[in-house]
Amino acid sequence: MFNFILRRLLYMLVVTFVVAAITFVLMRSVPGGPFDKEKPLPAEVRLQLENAYHLNDPWIAQFGNYMSAVFIPKITTIPPTSGRIDDYLITFKIGNVYFRWMNFGPSFAARGRTVNDIFRQQLPVSFQLGVMALLFSVVLGMTLGLLAALKQNSLLDYLGMSVAILGVSVPMIVLGPVVVYIFGVLLKWLPPSGWGSKPPFVLGLFPSSFGWEYIKYTIMPAAVLGFGGSAIFARLTRASLLQVINEDYIRTARAKGLKDSLVITRHALRNALIPVTTIIGPMFAALITGTFVTELIFGIPGMGRYFVSSISNRDYPVIMGTILLYAVLLVICNLVVDIMYAFLDPRIRYN
Amino acid sequence: MTAEEQLQSISEELVGLGVKKQSGSLWKDALRRLARNRAALAGIIVIILIILTAVFADFIAPATYDKQSLVAENSVPAWMLSVFPEMKNYAKVSEVFPLGSDYVGRDVLSRIIYGTRISLMVAFIGPIISLLIGVIYGCISGYFGGWVDNLMMRIVDVLYAFPGLLFIILLMAFFRSTFSNPDPGTLSFYLGRIDAATGGLLFIFIGIGLTAWETMARLTRGQVLSVREKEFVEAARSTGAPTRRIIFRHILPNILGPLVVAETLAIPGYISTEAFLSFIGLGVTPPTPSWGSMISDGARVVRTYPNQAIFPSLALAITMFAFNFLGDGLRDALDPRTRETK
Repeated sequence: MFNFILRRLLYMLVVTFVVAAITFVLMRSVPGGPFDKEKPLPAEVRLQLENAYHLNDPWIAQFGNYMSAVFIPKITTIPPTSGRIDDYLITFKIGNVYFRWMNFGPSFAARGRTVNDIFRQQLPVSFQLGVMALLFSVVLGMTLGLLAALKQNSLLDYLGMSVAILGVSVPMIVLGPVVVYIFGVLLKWLPPSGWGSKPPFVLGLFPSSFGWEYIKYTIMPAAVLGFGGSAIFARLTRASLLQVINEDYIRTARAKGLKDSLVITRHALRNALIPVTTIIGPMFAALITGTFVTELIFGIPGMGRYFVSSISNRDYPVIMGTILLYAVLLVICNLVVDIMYAFLDPRIRYN
Repeated sequence: MTAEEQLQSISEELVGLGVKKQSGSLWKDALRRLARNRAALAGIIVIILIILTAVFADFIAPATYDKQSLVAENSVPAWMLSVFPEMKNYAKVSEVFPLGSDYVGRDVLSRIIYGTRISLMVAFIGPIISLLIGVIYGCISGYFGGWVDNLMMRIVDVLYAFPGLLFIILLMAFFRSTFSNPDPGTLSFYLGRIDAATGGLLFIFIGIGLTAWETMARLTRGQVLSVREKEFVEAARSTGAPTRRIIFRHILPNILGPLVVAETLAIPGYISTEAFLSFIGLGVTPPTPSWGSMISDGARVVRTYPNQAIFPSLALAITMFAFNFLGDGLRDALDPRTRETK
């Protein structure tokens, strides 16, 4: 197991490197640069700016500098300054020595901000939205799937599975405006746009309170984002529970006189939930990238807006940083799933 | 006569002697099961209707998709006032547009009708691209195994780690600006011209194709691995059939079922990807009527003119429903194992 994790971590490093390289080449091949404005800058000013950000160095050098700034920890006795090029995401101090890691560089378009500033202020919002959507889809999906499987071929089953089909069929850009219209405009129950938490965030990620002021902004976007996922959870829960229920050991449990509820909770669910738990990882990965869409629909100040505008602005550090961060997140999700799989199903061994 | 041709002629003789030929019966069975599945059948009927709408859009649509009428922008027909009573206070009433007009006075209904073309093109060409790349890649990887397989699958693994949505946004931005103003006579010039002629669809196809084939490649490889050591492949190999023939004539027909199911179930994903890209303005180029861009325009005025977002949303949802029902039906029809649990 230890070897497996070590190998996967190494692999993660390779993947991140390749993703970074592809993104870098792709991004830099796009014509136009960050300082091509509609009103052109004077040539000298432009050259100055480009030189200041080392944009005229050879690509290899730029890529190397970027990667080392991001990945190689800086260990120094010089205290951090508040400069835009000296902003590290992780900083801690042991004695006299500062350990600093992950400098994603300054943003070209948002003057005075670094990519790390954007991560600190916008990423938590996207993260919260992703987690809430995951919660929504797990709770709704598992409940529907469980009910559908226990009352197979009943009205409840058909109803649950219809909701599931609805979930996979109705895209977010359809569901979003419709939900906003019904609950935000017609009934005025919930605010049609915005987000309920602002920086600073608790532990850098969580909102300072989960009160109604926060929840009322969260319900609609989380439900819209999580609805598709809940459909997948519902179908999977139902299918795997039905499969397990027909196994011999369930018949044995019934035969020895166990109550139905105990058979389900003690014997059936334990095995039926293995495939369900394992898709939580990829699902979270999908939801966290899906937040981009939801944020645009609901006007939520998360990463989505910055990423889309950073591409049209040729804001290279923001593009690179966002894609790298999400790629690492995806790989970690997959790793967690593999470990969880081995943990839940003793038949699987990684050797 | 090679050994394989001999085998072929023997099998033909057997067929002639009245020994029933088994090939094709899987698909016939599947078709019969599909026809009995009411949801799938409804899906097929809806898809056929959508195809007819797309083909005969010129005759069905009351107006063209790009005809603007600046005196009648944001107008609604009278019946809509009874559905949305608050509109009485501000909306222009015009009976020319059955479902209202948009912010530059284009007929919403006609744009929805022409929009079927975009969604259907994506629904049919998306799978072709991802199948073409994914199946060939997966077959080669699975059949040859060893270091070839290892290398090819590691490449897929790396591409898998790409956040798909972010990648496709980046790709679209890349295509749009690289091919927007190239020198005449170069390849990018012609690609840009094709893209402009198809209303921006070419790059959507490339974008979808580039991000969708990895799943197909993995699935194909797994399927190839599962049949590679079977006797009929062994038999074909022992008769000296060339590798290409073994892959395409012997292995591929036997693994096609799951691939078709997976691809059908992926179609709604392609449709919604196109709609999403158009929604954020990276998809089709205006005035091409895509449901995604219509929803995007409509969403901006959803508080005042909900009809502009609701009707294209409905069209998109119905289309996705139909393809989902068809995909589910195909899966149940082709895979007998899933039927037992139902």
